[in-house]
Amino acid sequence: MLARLASKRLLEIRQAFRQSPQTIRSLSTALNYHIDTPENNPNVPWEFNEANKPKVNEILSHYPSNYKQSAVIPLLDLAQQQHGGWLPVSAMDAVAKVVEVAPIRVYEVATFYSMFNRAKVGKYHLLVCGTTPCMIRGSREIEDALLKHLGVKRNEVTKDGLFSVGEMECMGCCVNAPMITVADYSNGSEGYTYNYYEDVTPKRVVEIVEALKRGEKPPHGTQNPERINCGPAGGNTTLLGDWMIATKHLGVVYLDEM
Amino acid sequence: MRRINLSLQRASSTWHHNGSSMLGTRLFTTAQPPPEKSHFGNLNDSDRIFTNLYGVHDPYLKSARKRGDWHRTKDLIHKGTDWIVEEIKKSGLRGRGGAGFPAGLKWSFMPKASDGRPSYLVINADESEPGTCKDREIMRHDPHKLLEGCLIAGVGMRACAAYIYIRGEYVNERLSLEKARIEAYSAGLLGKNACGSGYDFDVHIAFGAGAYICGEETALLESLEGKQGKPRLKPPFPANSGLYGCPTTVTNVETVAVAPTILRRGPEWFAGFGRKNNSGTKLFCISGHVNKPCTVEEEMSIPLKELLERHCGGVRGGWDNLLAVIPGGSSVALIPKTVCDDVLMDFDALKDVGSGLGTAAVIVMDKSTDIVDAIARLAYFYKHESCGQCTPCREGTTWLWMMMERMKVGNAKMEEVDMLYELTKQIEGHTICALGDAAAWPVQGLIRHFRPELERRIKENADRELRCAGN
Repeated sequence: MLARLASKRLLEIRQAFRQSPQTIRSLSTALNYHIDTPENNPNVPWEFNEANKPKVNEILSHYPSNYKQSAVIPLLDLAQQQHGGWLPVSAMDAVAKVVEVAPIRVYEVATFYSMFNRAKVGKYHLLVCGTTPCMIRGSREIEDALLKHLGVKRNEVTKDGLFSVGEMECMGCCVNAPMITVADYSNGSEGYTYNYYEDVTPKRVVEIVEALKRGEKPPHGTQNPERINCGPAGGNTTLLGDWMIATKHLGVVYLDEM
Repeated sequence: MRRINLSLQRASSTWHHNGSSMLGTRLFTTAQPPPEKSHFGNLNDSDRIFTNLYGVHDPYLKSARKRGDWHRTKDLIHKGTDWIVEEIKKSGLRGRGGAGFPAGLKWSFMPKASDGRPSYLVINADESEPGTCKDREIMRHDPHKLLEGCLIAGVGMRACAAYIYIRGEYVNERLSLEKARIEAYSAGLLGKNACGSGYDFDVHIAFGAGAYICGEETALLESLEGKQGKPRLKPPFPANSGLYGCPTTVTNVETVAVAPTILRRGPEWFAGFGRKNNSGTKLFCISGHVNKPCTVEEEMSIPLKELLERHCGGVRGGWDNLLAVIPGGSSVALIPKTVCDDVLMDFDALKDVGSGLGTAAVIVMDKSTDIVDAIARLAYFYKHESCGQCTPCREGTTWLWMMMERMKVGNAKMEEVDMLYELTKQIEGHTICALGDAAAWPVQGLIRHFRPELERRIKENADRELRCAGN
């Protein structure tokens, strides 16, 4: 009896450890180590494509030639766009070769920054901002609506590979809370966009998802028709006149007095 | 009321000063000092610096020139390095990134003569403080203000190049800034012989990939060098050894973007706004439970209540429905309604009430808010964003979050409130950078002002458990 109970418990524990990385990832915020899989191991060949090679050189040109390592983050970003939204370990190796550092220097950067996905994401990666300013304006309902509509858990990819939903910390769009971001990896680095959809409602995010599914590009920015960008709803309270000319005039007056 | 007391005090001290130490000389002068300003706010549109804040006009060069950008920048450069720093000092501009350090003073720390190493200006556009979204508007709607500011500040600190470090999420903002940068280069405003002044100055745009900690200046430099964003120990300070081991100054976007306008309109104009030592205009981002959240440029020292009612349509459900306000981004302590009634929005006034102006990101919470949950979410934010370098912060932020999650449902003992407070004190000041402090302050503010709420939850939970056990 006792032995049976013990073996059952052992099985439970083993199963807990066997769970897919995706589930462990939801406990922590990101998987912090790499496990070789058939599609993600150092032997999979990977290099920047012809269209991106000039971009690599352009990125490198901004940094001193003896500090090529500075380009790690932009290059990883480019690699991620090229690879459909996530970074296999061989892409990190390719970046390490370009900037001439040991691969570990690239791995540690790729694991540190939250915008680098080291597991597959959907073609449209939806990110819900969940930090306090968005939370108090209902970001949890937004995330629930998305997850329910797509029938997935957080950080899980839908069966058709189109969507995944993640949570991000403050995206710097707090006066237009709540907001979601759509990272569009459907067309490689050429068609890559990272658009903010602001002032959303649970209903509106579902509409956005449906539009994306149809292949449309719903207009990004604030979804509240009464607002102009970060201005107050129902019309701005400041900058109402044509201050373009007025400030120039003032500028001239003050300069001539110098 | 407090304000009146303050000005009375100041008036009496001047009187003593004149009467005793200066003896007769001043008593016979007839010139009256200008009456001290006692009310702040309601800035005129003609005094606003960011005239395209809402993106109504085109952000790019042709339109930016009409708004006064790049107007005789060459003359400003020819006035010289010392003049620029002096004017900025006179204007009383304090850093807009959160700490409020006098900008002119910071710029003057850069070495006067080069020892062979180049000097760098690094613009901190890693705007990740929850509640803050002012720099975003500058970069996407007024990018030329920032670029011109880079040149002016670069001349002011004898830098050869500027790196603008934008947070990775601001992809569209980066593209807009990149477009403006290319425009400025092709118009000869940047690069070799910038604006025809004979000064060579390059601007590069770099970006991060989603790490709050990279807003800390030395972490930002590490990130720019292509490493993990882990803050460096100071000293050496960046002004001695920063980016690539060269003298570097890291400043916020807004600080730099206002500089050209200050130089054009004169430091006296800028110093004329706000209370003494808190001068200027400022972008306020008001989010949360107001009827119309918005970003707005206002005078420093504007009363909080006036700020909310004039521009944001007031608190949702009326002023009496206000519970608390976080006045300066998530890193400062919250202030309850009683304090909000008459507090002024500037560095010193908010410091006096145990909070801070920070980045002037006002997060308003009305009575429907679960205040413990709101702060617990911030604790999670800091747990998520701690870089893991210093033990007190790495472990402490996790503990803070776990304890806050229990406090949310009252699953704690009464003495754990004090334990939580002590924990915040153990983190605060024991880390390399200020993230540990920033994680501690919101929780401290909660305990300071909402202790009865925490205790009520603990008591209710205990009663509930007792009842369950009884059944």
